[in-house]
Amino acid sequence: MTSTPPARPRRSLSLAQREALWAYVFLAIPIAFYAFIRFWPALQSFYLSLYTWHVDPARRRFVGLGYYRELLENPVFHQALKNTLQYAVITVPASMALGLGIALMLQAVGRGRGAYRAIYFAPYITPAVAVAWVWGWMYNYNYGIINTLLIEWYVFLERFGLERLAIEPQRFLTDPNLALVSVSVVVVWQQLGFQVVIFLAGLQGIPRIYYEAARIDGATPWDLFWHVTLPLLNPVIVFSVVITTINALQLFDQIVNINFTDQGGPLNRTLSIALYMYQEAFGRARLGYAAAVTVVLFAIILIVTLIQLRLTQRRVEY
Amino acid sequence: MIASERTVVRGLRAAEEAPRRRRVDAWVVLSYALLTVGALAMVFPFAWMLLSSFKPYREILSFSILPERFTLANYVEVVTGTAFPQWFLNSVIVAVGTTTSVLFFCALVGYVLATLKFPFKNLIFILILSTLMVPTEMLVIPWFVMSAEYGWVNTYWGLMFPGLIPGFGVFLMRQFFQTLPRDLFDAGRIDGVSEFGLFWRIGLPLVGPGLAALGIFAFIGNWNAYLWPLIVGQRPEMRTIPVGISNFSGEAATQWNLIMSASSLAIVPVLIVFLIFQKQIIEGVVLTGVKG
Repeated sequence: MTSTPPARPRRSLSLAQREALWAYVFLAIPIAFYAFIRFWPALQSFYLSLYTWHVDPARRRFVGLGYYRELLENPVFHQALKNTLQYAVITVPASMALGLGIALMLQAVGRGRGAYRAIYFAPYITPAVAVAWVWGWMYNYNYGIINTLLIEWYVFLERFGLERLAIEPQRFLTDPNLALVSVSVVVVWQQLGFQVVIFLAGLQGIPRIYYEAARIDGATPWDLFWHVTLPLLNPVIVFSVVITTINALQLFDQIVNINFTDQGGPLNRTLSIALYMYQEAFGRARLGYAAAVTVVLFAIILIVTLIQLRLTQRRVEY
Repeated sequence: MIASERTVVRGLRAAEEAPRRRRVDAWVVLSYALLTVGALAMVFPFAWMLLSSFKPYREILSFSILPERFTLANYVEVVTGTAFPQWFLNSVIVAVGTTTSVLFFCALVGYVLATLKFPFKNLIFILILSTLMVPTEMLVIPWFVMSAEYGWVNTYWGLMFPGLIPGFGVFLMRQFFQTLPRDLFDAGRIDGVSEFGLFWRIGLPLVGPGLAALGIFAFIGNWNAYLWPLIVGQRPEMRTIPVGISNFSGEAATQWNLIMSASSLAIVPVLIVFLIFQKQIIEGVVLTGVKG
């Protein structure tokens, strides 16, 4: 592209019109992209959720809100919904608290801060698929390193007659009461670095003068944390909660791969909404029903985002 | 509240007067200790993966930390016994292709939204931002229907098209272009620089850090992507690394030594990229907070 405009500007075209024309020339491909790859498919999800699926559009049968009614009754969907909310309720506070704690400690140390930050952050960018397999191996009941260490720990304690303090080897991924927590640990391990980086940047943005002034007024470190750090960190915390929550609501890669032979198991106790959608759509070819599932997921994410907007607008004045 | 003017002044004065005490803070010592324990927990899974990947099958089931008989046979088996080179090539093509598009189009749209005046500008920006609220899960079914209809299944285009112009990239680049003075472009216009030249030759070179952050994120995001490639890349020769690794590991069943070398092949290149671009990546996270 050189200096020749698409339609040679007529003399009557003002500078402002010329600028607008160019803007739309540049935006032509992106607008087409957003229309056909983002907006149209999003609308089509609503549409598809009202019909039974068939490759030939003429043979799709209108079911109206039938699939949504099925969602209200389907126990597997209820389980997936419950699990997904549990993932959020476990991983969000855990990674926030750990992330904030680590960021505070990183701020306290001088030397080595960059190196520690890099180490905590590294898991965040590694492929979740491979990470899930690595953790699946560590969690393995018979040969996994965690159970091996638990046995070694038992042997060690036995020498002192303290067996009571030992923990038995666990079926991390096959015990229905433990599987969801085990997966959550992996998610926290991988997400933590994100929180650390965001919180550390937030902490470094708080002017030191506030701390010094408060300290002179006799504030204890505890007061400083509750009355200076936390309130000033509020926007960062809200932002981080929303991103982490949305990620938790969309969990898929880890769940598929950590328990590959029984995806979402045991007894659907690790099944997430995203995995349920995938199984229904691509395992059972119920694309209409799966589309209804994604509409519900969209609604949940929308609510979370709107709550965030409300919270960030309520700015605290200092 | 706390920082009333008087206390600030008092604080400043006190800070000047008091000689800087360099006591060995208990909190600092405790921090180092806890941070080190935590760092070990972060590194351990990677270390264990690598150690396991060098062990022969017999050894993987008997507990030993270091491989007694160090072997590269697992890697040889994964690379030669599967289509791994093809998956790697596919991942490179998809990640490079997508990233190129992301860089060009997100920068272009960001530039247009930040510096040009035209009708419906805010509406267009808000519509682009609103796409960030739509989860990928909601789009994959229509994308698949679309791909089946147009013959995009099992093609590179099929793997790439959803991610060509992500909204967060547009948002990021707009932020960067907004920091540039408008006069800069007006001056260029007077000097007879074409409209595209204003973007390409004047604007783009000034947003290097933004492009770096966006490029790295787009690359890593596409390299790690799983859900959509799993759906659209169904033929074995069209798999990307995450899809290929996942399938291979599922078939390898209990041969954890093979699974761990396959996982290493997926993870280690990303870790190397991270070590090289650590600063830009972390700054990029701070800037956007969004994963590619």
